[in-house]
Amino acid sequence: MNLKLKALTKSIWVFHAATSPCNNCDIEVLDLLTPRHDVERFGIVLVGSVRHADALLVTGVPNYKTKERLKNLYSQVPKPCLVAAIGNCACGRIMFKDSYNSPCPVDEVVPVDVYIPGCPPKPEAIIAGVVKLIQKLKGKK
Amino acid sequence: MSILDEIKDRLKDKILDWHEHAARRIYITINPRDIQEVASTLFKDLALRFTIATGQDTPGGLEILYHFSFDKTGQIISVRVLIEDKKKPQIHSITPLFPAAEWIEREIWEMLGINFLGHPNLKRLLLAEEWPEGKYPLRKS
Amino acid sequence: MSHKVVIPIGPYHPLQEEPELFRLYVEGEKVVDIDIVIGYMHRGIEELSEHKHFDQVAFLVERICGICSTSHPFAYVNAMEDLAKIQVPERALYIRTIIAEMERIHSHLLWLGLAGHFIGYNTVWMWAWKYREPVLDMFEMISGNRNHYAMMKVGGVRRDIKDQDIPVLKKAIDELVPAVDMFRGAVMDDPVIKARLKGIGILTKQQAIDWCVVGPTARASGINIDVRRDDPYGVYDRVTWNVILEKDGDIFAKTKVRILELYESVSIIRQCLDKMPKGEIDANIKDIPPGEGIGRVEAPRGECFHYVRSDGTNRPVRHKIRAPSFMNVASNKVAAVGGTISDAAITLAAVDPCYCCTERLIVLDKDSYRKLMNGWDLIKLSQAKTEELKKSISSRQSQI
Repeated sequence: MNLKLKALTKSIWVFHAATSPCNNCDIEVLDLLTPRHDVERFGIVLVGSVRHADALLVTGVPNYKTKERLKNLYSQVPKPCLVAAIGNCACGRIMFKDSYNSPCPVDEVVPVDVYIPGCPPKPEAIIAGVVKLIQKLKGKK
Repeated sequence: MSILDEIKDRLKDKILDWHEHAARRIYITINPRDIQEVASTLFKDLALRFTIATGQDTPGGLEILYHFSFDKTGQIISVRVLIEDKKKPQIHSITPLFPAAEWIEREIWEMLGINFLGHPNLKRLLLAEEWPEGKYPLRKS
Repeated sequence: MSHKVVIPIGPYHPLQEEPELFRLYVEGEKVVDIDIVIGYMHRGIEELSEHKHFDQVAFLVERICGICSTSHPFAYVNAMEDLAKIQVPERALYIRTIIAEMERIHSHLLWLGLAGHFIGYNTVWMWAWKYREPVLDMFEMISGNRNHYAMMKVGGVRRDIKDQDIPVLKKAIDELVPAVDMFRGAVMDDPVIKARLKGIGILTKQQAIDWCVVGPTARASGINIDVRRDDPYGVYDRVTWNVILEKDGDIFAKTKVRILELYESVSIIRQCLDKMPKGEIDANIKDIPPGEGIGRVEAPRGECFHYVRSDGTNRPVRHKIRAPSFMNVASNKVAAVGGTISDAAITLAAVDPCYCCTERLIVLDKDSYRKLMNGWDLIKLSQAKTEELKKSISSRQSQI
């Protein structure tokens, strides 16, 4: 595994990019920081600026207003960057795929490394997804 | 006098139709040109609360229902107007009467294409800048 | 030289989870105007609803907002039951009320946590969300999911509350009370929090009327409205509870209303669990006649309003959805103006905006549109103000 990717597996700084979610996935992501789950002890930190991020956690369905912003955000993140699509909406748009305001799913805007389905995925599922991501990286030796 | 009697008393022959669907759900039809006076009577004189307005595309024309709530009794008085001209639909804005109407008139304008005369800020609310002109998502055509 | 400076908050900043754009125009430290740009959440749900049949619509509207995820289906089924004049079985009404009040508890605790973070009290955030977890566990026990419980159905509820679960629910609810006592003490009696929130972000009674705000935002400004009492649904007219009213209209008042409402919710749930009769939970509706119906509920953020029109087929012809934040967020136009930049973050958060309900902050120089600050900076400013206050209050106290 190249040095850059290896560095990522020590402590992942994540940026939460919401496209147009119902907010449940976002709340469960924030929930990870609270005492019951407390992911900060694993070194997973939520950052305020996309330029400090190692990973993008994307929720929601991209619409015309947020599609460009997501592209923008992705271009600003220092590479290598991992992208996790969190929730059924980000994975595949589910019931919003026929909406006049939903042009495409997340993986047609940015490349996705891990899909974490659920509506919303439980915090344990999100942690499991991130762990799988880290293992995937480690496996790329 | 009950609130319904007061409304009948003040609006008199502006009321083209009066329908009591249930004890707390009343629908009155008026001519679109009377909307400012009717809204002013209900909001300013009778202290009803403006809840929201519903715009819809019907075979007979573009209909707007202005929903007012009389909280003391829990009754909702919905004022119906029918704009028959679908090519250049327009009606007077009620935003100059109370600011709460600003957003919903913008939304109805962008969703159905109804022009609100005298609206202080008629620009897009929900749809993206690039959304094509003349394409109204809630029109049945 | 005074020039107008514009501060945007958003669209992506970590503590306001949904994307939203507030453009604040400032002169020096003071906010003189605000532009609110929404639409980032817009998914075309009203139009989608016309392509789903009535049972599917309940699942669709649940996903309008994750926090008030039962309020929208509740208002929707109320609208359908108004349209078709459906009699809902007693037990279903009790279950609906219990779910709705549990949602209010989880939502207010969530807000308390976020507000705490905004003003720099991260402990409040952690504790509020910690005490929220047992409520989510209860939802999972009843419905199978922590959020999006899919309980509401036209004519009844989807799942029953089992008899053996009732003592577990009662115990969980009872255990919440000492936690709420703790929050009340911590928040209401803290001189720093009082100094930080009192007199800030005021929405006067007249402004609340003109902007037609709803929910705790309205009740904090002295507007005595609550859909549960005014236009009763569920079993709210069969249990005893109080509408919490404050008059100052500032953020402290809004906080107080939400904390005190937690006690009322606990009381309502207890009464419902005691009084709930045995019986059917579903009226088994097969057809919906043509007509129109209006349903509304008191969501945690205020009145949630649904209008449905049917033509006798199995899909809505028109479904209008108005979430409480549609009215409340717009009122920030007057509530945030006149305040300082360091108060902007908490003022905008004080209406408990659920942007995804409504549809979803930057500081720019007004003339050159040069960006000066982002949302993260604004939250830091807000937290810094609290630190200053702490120092000045403790130094005053030590002088006594």
